[in-house]
Amino acid sequence: MSVTHDARIQVRSPAPTAQRPAVRGRPDLNNPAAWIVAVILLIMPLIANGFFLIEIFATTLMLGTIALSLMFLAGYGGMVSLMQLTIAGFAAYMVAVFGVSGNANISLGWPWWLAVPMALTLATVFGTLGGALAVRTEGIYTIMITLAIGAAFYYFTNQNWAIFNGHTGINNVSTPHFWGVDWRADIPFYYVVLAIAALCYFAVDYISRAPFGLALQGVRDNPRRMAALGFNVNAHRVAAYAVASFIAGLAGVLQVWNYRQISPGSVSVGACIDILIIAVVGGITRPVGPYIGALVFVLLRTFALDFLVKIGLDGNRFRLLIGLGFLAIVFWSSDGVIGLWQRWRQSQRPQTDRPGGGRGHG
Amino acid sequence: MTRFVERHPAWALIVIIAIAVALWLIFAVWPPGLEDAIGRKRVFLNAVFNGITLGGLYFLVASGFTLIFGLMRNVNLAHGSLYLFGGYVGYAISASTGSWILAFIVAFILTALVGVLLQVLVFRRMEGQDLRQTMVTIGLSIVFADLMLWACGGDFYQIQTPNWLIGPIELPLITAVKSSGEPVYLRYPLVRLVIFLASVIIGVAMWLALNRTRIGMIIRAGVDDRDILAATGVRIQIVFVLVFALGAGLAGIAGVVGGTFQSLSPGEDIRFLLASLVVVIVGGMGSIPGAALGALIIGLAEQLGSVYIPTYAIVVTFLIMVLVLALRPQGLLARR
Repeated sequence: MSVTHDARIQVRSPAPTAQRPAVRGRPDLNNPAAWIVAVILLIMPLIANGFFLIEIFATTLMLGTIALSLMFLAGYGGMVSLMQLTIAGFAAYMVAVFGVSGNANISLGWPWWLAVPMALTLATVFGTLGGALAVRTEGIYTIMITLAIGAAFYYFTNQNWAIFNGHTGINNVSTPHFWGVDWRADIPFYYVVLAIAALCYFAVDYISRAPFGLALQGVRDNPRRMAALGFNVNAHRVAAYAVASFIAGLAGVLQVWNYRQISPGSVSVGACIDILIIAVVGGITRPVGPYIGALVFVLLRTFALDFLVKIGLDGNRFRLLIGLGFLAIVFWSSDGVIGLWQRWRQSQRPQTDRPGGGRGHG
Repeated sequence: MTRFVERHPAWALIVIIAIAVALWLIFAVWPPGLEDAIGRKRVFLNAVFNGITLGGLYFLVASGFTLIFGLMRNVNLAHGSLYLFGGYVGYAISASTGSWILAFIVAFILTALVGVLLQVLVFRRMEGQDLRQTMVTIGLSIVFADLMLWACGGDFYQIQTPNWLIGPIELPLITAVKSSGEPVYLRYPLVRLVIFLASVIIGVAMWLALNRTRIGMIIRAGVDDRDILAATGVRIQIVFVLVFALGAGLAGIAGVVGGTFQSLSPGEDIRFLLASLVVVIVGGMGSIPGAALGALIIGLAEQLGSVYIPTYAIVVTFLIMVLVLALRPQGLLARR
């Protein structure tokens, strides 16, 4: 108990307090950069072709949303959960099982507007139960237990043929068509993904300022004191898992629509760890971090091969590059890319300006 | 033991009955009705023995993991990579020299060296920051996995069993009685029994070293309170390096064992990392007897599960973990 508690404090200590404001205003509304990014994202289909739109930007938004659920747990709740991708994968499997797919012996053939709420409900229940299990222990133990849950789910999907169709997975999952629009066509799908990612982003941003989010941050910083103040510490943690599971579930539904299939490979342990890498590389102190991390990850994953070949190395060493980059981030910046950026900005700023100029204390 | 019986009479009764039933199932000649219900006794006994020997292998991996965790509070998620590394080294040695014993020695030394390097170069720099250390081990496991994939490719390797261990032996356990009244005895691969015996010996030696020697006393004191131990003048960094080397070396030995039992391929590192996680969660983190009990339970559950409920075997393992977490979150044999 005491050991893990120390750990949490020590991990945070390198970050100046200005970087983790307990209460933030709405810094994004009067920040021109945020508006520019929003406009670029909205007019993206005019700029990018189909490949970039889906393979880079939509994938970034989906992975970023899963990582956002991890950021919510880790940043505000102090619980590093490695099972967020598993929850997303569970939702994806449930869409395939309840909806329409090429494996008619498994899929129940429900319409998407029934299958998706069902999948989201089940994914939330699954994640909440997993969370209820994980909150029985703390800190590093949480990582171990959630990793065990993720790995168990992966091996289970591989073994089980009745529901999960073994290692071949479920193929040709149908995607929604209504109002005369094929929502899996590149441009409509991009907007669906963008809308859901934005929804999740603002929801997390809002919760972090709502009473629940503030209590959660209190639990993160000092659970004993919060318990003494009359807050139910474990209930807050489990509720955080429920919120995060719902977000991860949403991203999982998008993922199965994107690839139109789901197989154990998508929920492997490596993929679970990728989500942690994305969140940590981007920075787990603010909701925008996971999206930055996801963009870096997707760009690396897509172009590292060409890049490595171009400079005369073996193109298959992409994971080595990711691993080394992750190590470098963990070694030198506990706050990810956001931390580097903020440190750079603070070093640019005149000394006198700093106390009032730090973001968000207004 | 007696204290446990006094404090939890109901649990003690359940455990005793379970052990008695298990012993009866193993030693008695099964009545025909039972064979009709759950299949042949030979299948059951093979699953039990596979489970116990697999438990021995899990113990080798998990004991290093739990030792490192117990002393340094470092969840070394690169432990699976050390296992796989030891396996590949063992394969290379046994393929080039043909000596199985030499493979063990070299694998132990090399993985222990990797462990020393990790402790000196990485973990000493971020002492006390558990979460950061854990993240670093995740990064390291990715890098190691890719380096090993680079060096060894994606093929399956199996370490050659030495000649003097090949073949089954007959055990004095009756699996069935022929119609002529002649008993049929269980035949079981010798190598697995030898390896299981070796892991029992290693476990007992570790227990003795921890509980009966001076260095063991220092390590136990370190588990209880690092700072006070350091204040009494023990050079704790050296103890850390030693323990890390021992834990890593055990993972290396386990790699050779696993390469002989089963096979080596990319992905095995994750499998054994998961196994050691579940084993130490069930047994109790930082406890060597806990690792032994957890390894036995998980090994048996996995093998019996894969025989009797093939598509849900992993769920059994997982349910055991859930049950332990729900009833005794600190693990079965943990002190706190």
